[in-house]
Amino acid sequence: MSLDEQTVKKSGVSGETTFEPSEQYLTFFMDEEEYGVDILSVQEIRGWERATSIPNAPSHIRGVINLRGTVVPIVDLRQRFGIAPIEYGPTTVVIVLKVNEAGKGARIVGVIVDAVSDVHNFKVADIQSSPEMADNNNSAYIKGLGSVGENMVILLDINTLLRTDEDVDELPRSKSKRVH
Amino acid sequence: MSIDLSQFHQVFFEESLEGLDVMESALLNLDTENCDSETINEIFRAAHSIKGGSGTFGFSTVAEFTHVIETLLDQIRAGDRRIEPAHVELFLKSVDCIRQMIKSLEAGDAVEMSDANDLKSKFQAILDGKELAAAAPVPASTAPTAPASVSDTDAGSSGGAKTWHIYFKPDGDVLKTGNEPSRMFRELEDMGVATVVVDTADLPGIGVIDPETCYLKWNITLVADVEKAQIEEVFEWVIDEAELRIEEVAQVAVTENPEQNGAKPSSVKQSKVEPSDIVQTTVQSPVAEVSVSPAPSQAISAPAAKEPAAQAAPAAKKAEKNKTEVSSIRVGIDKVDSLINMVGELVITQSMLGELSRDFDISKLPKLLEGLEQLSQNTRELQESVMRIRMLPISFTFSRFPRLVHDLSKTMGKKIELKLLGEQTELDKTVMEKIGDPMVHLVRNSLDHGIEMPEDRIKAGKSDTGLITLNAYHQGGNIVIQIIDDGKGLDKEKILRKAVEKGLVGESDKLSDEQICDLIFKPGFSTADQVTDISGRGVGMDVVRRNIQELNGSVEVESFTGKGSTFTIRLPLTLAILDGQLVSAGEHTYILPLISIIESIQTNMDMVHRVAGGCDVLRLRSEYVPIIRLYDIFNIKPESYNLEESLLVVVEGDNMKVALVVDDLLAQQQVVIKSLEENYKRVEGVSGATILGDGTVALILDISGLIKLAGVRKDEYKKVKQGGDEAA
Repeated sequence: MSLDEQTVKKSGVSGETTFEPSEQYLTFFMDEEEYGVDILSVQEIRGWERATSIPNAPSHIRGVINLRGTVVPIVDLRQRFGIAPIEYGPTTVVIVLKVNEAGKGARIVGVIVDAVSDVHNFKVADIQSSPEMADNNNSAYIKGLGSVGENMVILLDINTLLRTDEDVDELPRSKSKRVH
Repeated sequence: MSIDLSQFHQVFFEESLEGLDVMESALLNLDTENCDSETINEIFRAAHSIKGGSGTFGFSTVAEFTHVIETLLDQIRAGDRRIEPAHVELFLKSVDCIRQMIKSLEAGDAVEMSDANDLKSKFQAILDGKELAAAAPVPASTAPTAPASVSDTDAGSSGGAKTWHIYFKPDGDVLKTGNEPSRMFRELEDMGVATVVVDTADLPGIGVIDPETCYLKWNITLVADVEKAQIEEVFEWVIDEAELRIEEVAQVAVTENPEQNGAKPSSVKQSKVEPSDIVQTTVQSPVAEVSVSPAPSQAISAPAAKEPAAQAAPAAKKAEKNKTEVSSIRVGIDKVDSLINMVGELVITQSMLGELSRDFDISKLPKLLEGLEQLSQNTRELQESVMRIRMLPISFTFSRFPRLVHDLSKTMGKKIELKLLGEQTELDKTVMEKIGDPMVHLVRNSLDHGIEMPEDRIKAGKSDTGLITLNAYHQGGNIVIQIIDDGKGLDKEKILRKAVEKGLVGESDKLSDEQICDLIFKPGFSTADQVTDISGRGVGMDVVRRNIQELNGSVEVESFTGKGSTFTIRLPLTLAILDGQLVSAGEHTYILPLISIIESIQTNMDMVHRVAGGCDVLRLRSEYVPIIRLYDIFNIKPESYNLEESLLVVVEGDNMKVALVVDDLLAQQQVVIKSLEENYKRVEGVSGATILGDGTVALILDISGLIKLAGVRKDEYKKVKQGGDEAA
């Protein structure tokens, strides 16, 4: 992937932003777009394994897995965003995140994404706020937009994205339907 | 550096509360006619440790109060005084009072002293040789309001405050050894009125000063009712590395010489250690100037040292408040030892297996299997030992009942004897904490409704003293607790009448005795003719049953008119482990609590009937049991939709039986309950999750949740049906 080569060159040079406040993000792919989550919330990355499904749960909740004795729910991020699901393949991974919910304390949640990409530094000043659109519910879960070379990275606010009191089964589609 | 005693406060609170329980039960066992010196000793010892502990931790209110009690107990112990029933009552009241004090201290609230002072003056009256009847008019001034008169035991000190002159010159490296002079001065201040004057004569010039060396010496005048030994105790840690002179000064000499002391020790207010005095002294000295340097010179200057201390105090208090939420458990050393043994064996097995794996070939297979067998045995034993740590004897719960029965029988004018059996039966701590309240309720009920008044009992040909027995024993994986009374038993006719009145049962319904007795657990049911403060409000038995069911337990009653009633509570030993039956539905595996399963059957369609409205029922001998299809309510795909090819598991929950349709029964095994809510949220119909042998997660089914879920579906189904019918 040409993108990977670019990002490899850009990343790992953490020294260049010593004095400007910057944040590190773990980026991953989903439906050909690159997304990022705050690296400090990432607990671990593991391969996809079958989860035990939860009865009557929203369809984006794939079930629960055993993470060294703790029962951890798994969220399919594609379905969470209303993107058409794909077959899980060898690159499919589960990113285990620590979510802080106001008044509830930390929870551990796993999210399924197409593939992990890299770790990038973003200067706080360079992060653009996401374009607000009236009909776009997803923008509430987007912290901002960052760029790595020519590519845009969508930075997610996982604390709002993975709230438990989320009643909506699936979010309305954010973009015009892509045809695969 | 002083030791932060607040970290031990929680232990003190727990120990004191335990001590109070000991005192209480000993007091209740005490036979005033025939006084047993061992019991008195037991009470005395408990009171003494509470006093000692509270003194150590600076809870002087508790210490003072306990001291008065202790003094009276001491006299009784020595045989100087006979114990009267009135004394016992007073002691019991003071136990309550101390408990209240400790609770407020634990919560960090101010201690309410009015009760304590009241009781104290009563005790003082007894000590002064006046009888209890005359106690009320005794002025409160006899109560030891000043700490001085409390610590009285030797005659020498009763004379009042003495004036001490203390010369204290610590060695230069006193600060390096972690001793803090200002802390000692604070302790002196607590004893009485202390005037501390610093002597800075030995201070070297600023150029040669070593910030970690102490160059100061102090002259202290202490006006307090203390012995020399007590003052020496303050300086105990530094006595070997300091020059210390403690002299008693005649009162007159001091007042004649006020300028030397800087303040008049005779007047209380003025002569308190005022930080400003010391500030002045230190400001003139070079030390204060040094304190701008980063060196830790503030250890030398008293007011600076006060600051962090003051900051630390509220912080410590906060920490203490948080700590109160953490409950702890006291574990017998034998349990810990056995745990250590187990772990030792586990380590041996592990190293044996490790050795085996180093150069493994197939010839060593039997050895490997043997090792694995041993490992599984070790693991099982370890699990049992760990579980046993959480187990406490039920006497912790039982111990509150003697007092309750004592108090209640007094208010009701009934004569009641309480018998406790099986107090050593062990039970999980969490279960124990939750079973206390329901049990109190049941015992109160037995007292109020069960046991008759003495005259009625004699009329019925029974002894005038009623008997309530609390019995606990293990049965299978359960603990059984029984509350047995020999009273009049449940009035079945009256219960039935009330139930019909309240519309709980139809007038023509024929109910068995068992069913009638069971009615008392229905919400809003009370047969008491009038509401007393003990029971009869009609919010009781249903709550009791619900609480017990929340613990996966059950409660039932058996009653014989004129002979008494027996309430039987059955509880699982622990909440952390459950005996489970694995069942499969489609590709999913679920766990049913074994305790809720009544039977499992394969059915044929003759036994299944369809009730109009969409609910299928199963004819099970003489009963009709609603059928719940697990695949239906969980929206999953089963192996077969044909009831004849499935299995029906008849389970009980929420006092009703339902037949659950599953594909197959798998193994039975003990499962460790894991919370689903910790990282996710509550799921209807599921009480928790567990991890199976292959590492996958399986959900534990909650029967009453399933029934609710099925009910919802039923309604929806009805609506859909109606809608469909109309459309047709």
